[in-house]
Amino acid sequence: MEQMKVLLKNVGKIRPESAKDYINAGGFEALRKALSMSSDEIIQTLKDSGLRGRGGAGFPTYRKLQFACSTENDTKYVVCNADEGEPGTNKDRILLSGDPCAIFEGMAIVGKAIGAHMGYIYMRGEYVYLREMLYKALENCEKEGCLGKNIMGSGFDFVIKLRMGAGAYVCGEETAMFESIEGKRGEPRYRPPYPGVHGLFGKPTVLNNVETLANIAPIFRNGTEWYRTIGTEGSPGTKLFTVIGNVEKRGVYEFPMGINLKELIYDVCGGIPDGKHLMAVQAGGASGPFINKDQIDIPLEIDYVAASGGRLGCGTILVIDDSNCIVDMVCNNLYFFKEESCGKCTPCREGTTRLYQLARKISDGKGTMKDIDAIKSLGETMNNASFCGLGRSATVPVESAIRNFYPDFERHIDKDFCPVCDREGRMQG
Amino acid sequence: MEEEMDRNLTYRVPASTLVEVAKIAAPYRDRPEHLMKVVLKVEQIVPIFSQDVTAVISREMNIPQTQVYSFVTFYQMLYTGRRGKYVIHMCQSAPCHIRGAEEVAKAVEDMLHIKMGETTEDNRFTLAYAPCMGVCDVSPAIMINGKVYGNLTPDSVREVIKRYIREEVQ
Repeated sequence: MEQMKVLLKNVGKIRPESAKDYINAGGFEALRKALSMSSDEIIQTLKDSGLRGRGGAGFPTYRKLQFACSTENDTKYVVCNADEGEPGTNKDRILLSGDPCAIFEGMAIVGKAIGAHMGYIYMRGEYVYLREMLYKALENCEKEGCLGKNIMGSGFDFVIKLRMGAGAYVCGEETAMFESIEGKRGEPRYRPPYPGVHGLFGKPTVLNNVETLANIAPIFRNGTEWYRTIGTEGSPGTKLFTVIGNVEKRGVYEFPMGINLKELIYDVCGGIPDGKHLMAVQAGGASGPFINKDQIDIPLEIDYVAASGGRLGCGTILVIDDSNCIVDMVCNNLYFFKEESCGKCTPCREGTTRLYQLARKISDGKGTMKDIDAIKSLGETMNNASFCGLGRSATVPVESAIRNFYPDFERHIDKDFCPVCDREGRMQG
Repeated sequence: MEEEMDRNLTYRVPASTLVEVAKIAAPYRDRPEHLMKVVLKVEQIVPIFSQDVTAVISREMNIPQTQVYSFVTFYQMLYTGRRGKYVIHMCQSAPCHIRGAEEVAKAVEDMLHIKMGETTEDNRFTLAYAPCMGVCDVSPAIMINGKVYGNLTPDSVREVIKRYIREEVQ
């Protein structure tokens, strides 16, 4: 199957730090168009395109702009979420390292729409090696008059600054990211007020994922009708899928929304290597559900996946072969959440720890059926009472694993030998 | 463990280094949003974010010392403890886990005679687990002082570590 390259069009073809290369490839045409449009026209275009956030929640992008646009304030901000902390995801790294100017262009268009003159890119600490290149790219864009003061002679100013994280998964949550940019611990804030009213430094702010911002320039360049022809009715456009784990060809692939998961794994990525078989797939990052091999014949589209109890999330597809054990995977997953919980609210801080202990107890062959009930009821509490999305979604993988792989949990409780969970030198937590 | 914590708290950074720390922090007085930038620069010249270091940052930037300390203890990549010349981060996330990260981790532990989270006696290597580094297309992976090594096996990771032990890397 052929990939459809809209976002990855320039990746590997132009020098990423060169604004000239980007302009020669048709770059900043979209910004030029947007500069002659009013706020309402820009937001209407985004509404017509049907663009939805690519960071996980799938929230319509134009609505975020509307909120910030309708709040009166002299100072507003655009923030680009490049914190990509979701294990197994590297699509944003590919975009940032291959075509950063497209992201700058998207940010400037959002800035023009809401009347913001300052943008921040919050990049995770692990990508520190991209920093110098991005500084150069920003500098080159300003030299070409595509960023900075009086962009393309339109009188509109827009400056982008780069801020680094230092390893905290929770900083991907928007209000936690604001806290981190302000020089504090990255702990989420209470909402409302929402970022569109009270965001970064207390000002109206629009925060978007890297991939969402990369979609904006192509929409303005080629028109909303063209954009609507790609993908599905509910989720137009292409999506970057990071396929990793036990597949022949790992990597980032771009396909229209709605591609079949089974085809993606077997036809595009070459299936499972070494004569092994598929056991489970975790779609949507660490907080996505584990589904079994009979559930993978589904179209990858935001609404469809959500309706079937999963989530498309950031488009990460973790393929797990049958040499692994699902209970061990759940332990690894819960250990991650236990470590990454910021500790601000009790349901998440204590809940992730207890969930890990319970799952570990089952995998060690010391569990009972009551532990499964305890996991379920604790999960429900966390789901209802956690402060931010981390605690609310941390329960999804373990609950889905119990639902879709029930016999495996029973087998561990019955103390049947499991070569994965009984191995020596297993990670202690 | 407690002994280690006591040592970290009472650790004294040389006065000349504290002067350097003050030079880094001073331009950002009353601008707490630049704390991350300051901390990342200071990290390059101090072995530990000890009490005296956080006190200097706090004084120069005019923000409470508790805020500086709570900041450096929050972020995983900032260290408040003793750390070696080379910090080896082992990815612990699922994509590496299912491709043999534990065997790789064990090989490194055995080779350096330390466990995860520990630093060698000669202060050259610190071994720590880290969450995903975003290089899952080459999992299992490790990162040594910002440099990524991927597609590792116990044998190939031993070769990598050996080059660091022999100081044959830049």
